[in-house]
Amino acid sequence: MECVFGLVGNGFAIVAADTSAVHSILVHKNNEDKIMLLDSHKLIAASGEPGDRVQFTEYVQKNVSLYQFRNGIPLTTAAAANFTRGELATALRKNPYSVNILMAGYDKEAGASLYYIDYIATLHKVDKGAFGYGSYFSLSTMDRHFRSDMSVEEAIELVDKCITEIRSRLVIAPPNFVIKIVDKDGARTHAWRQSVQDVTTASV
Amino acid sequence: LQIFEYNGSAVVAMVGKNCFAIASDRRLGVQLQTIATDFQRISKIHDRVFIALSGLATDVQTLYQRLVFRHKLYQLREERDMKPETFASLVSAILYEKRFGPYLCQPVIAGLGEDDKPFICTMDSIGAKELAKDFVVSGTASESLYGACEAMYKPDMEAEELFETISQALLSSVDRDCLSGWGGHVYVVTPTEIKERILKGRMD
Repeated sequence: MECVFGLVGNGFAIVAADTSAVHSILVHKNNEDKIMLLDSHKLIAASGEPGDRVQFTEYVQKNVSLYQFRNGIPLTTAAAANFTRGELATALRKNPYSVNILMAGYDKEAGASLYYIDYIATLHKVDKGAFGYGSYFSLSTMDRHFRSDMSVEEAIELVDKCITEIRSRLVIAPPNFVIKIVDKDGARTHAWRQSVQDVTTASV
Repeated sequence: LQIFEYNGSAVVAMVGKNCFAIASDRRLGVQLQTIATDFQRISKIHDRVFIALSGLATDVQTLYQRLVFRHKLYQLREERDMKPETFASLVSAILYEKRFGPYLCQPVIAGLGEDDKPFICTMDSIGAKELAKDFVVSGTASESLYGACEAMYKPDMEAEELFETISQALLSSVDRDCLSGWGGHVYVVTPTEIKERILKGRMD
């Protein structure tokens, strides 16, 4: 029931992901950050098998850093997305990763962009995208309210509408979400939306 | 899970008088869900050869990258562009290489050969070439496309009339297929120019 979605606004891209780490009927933790910072101006929101998700996104992150070390300049978002797709495609017929990815980034020339990368390595540049059962609700909500070049406030309003929709309509809906944003000032956590918080007990 | 119907596609190519037209739909879906309505299925190999790939989108992208690579190598070695017949044989060989683990695509190749004679062909996912003098079709809407093209096609059409015919054939066929549609993309290629047009069809 992992929900990941994102959209592009005026000079920025926003991605939101649920933060539950679930194993069958047990919720291990509900503050698991599934959106990784690839570099200063890129975010990778991943959903899928937990082991693959962490291993693959860390692999991509390290390779993106390596490129920057070797060449002195960072990869563009398009290049990073194509690299990710290439790795998924190569592994597809050997040892496939079950990870769906939304990659958001900001480049000076290209502006903000969002890339949809399927677990079978289908790559497409999109204005709005979503994965998981939550996508049935978030995509439709975004289709209804999205306009190109929205401001950050309007985009956050839309993200909140999607989260509300997922919470009310998805059976076993994840309670908590994290929202991250990337714009010319870099990639950062924007907000958390928590309806259930971990209770820390006093040590005995 | 029908793997050829996972993403949905419709592709058609037609021969005219010293020209050809190649058209595709624009939907990228994941089974019943539509992800994007601007997916590029037709790619230019060089000014006189186009290839459109239907089938699984990830293999469409992988195969396209491999074919562009091979053609660029050919251009470097032979210092000229590939003839359409040669390119078709190359695609067929590349597909058959993976005979026991194939690329899940069906290409449609269209080009202008010697003396501006138009050439079209299609093949299945393991490279069995089908040459035709009039039209070739591929994708989830292929059966509808066969019917529509058979009814609307006539030989030796000029570029404008060919465009009208192929567009009507494509739009009426994808309207009967839930997995393809959301507009159309048509290239009409004559010896002197390449005209690219986007069709507005039923967006559903």
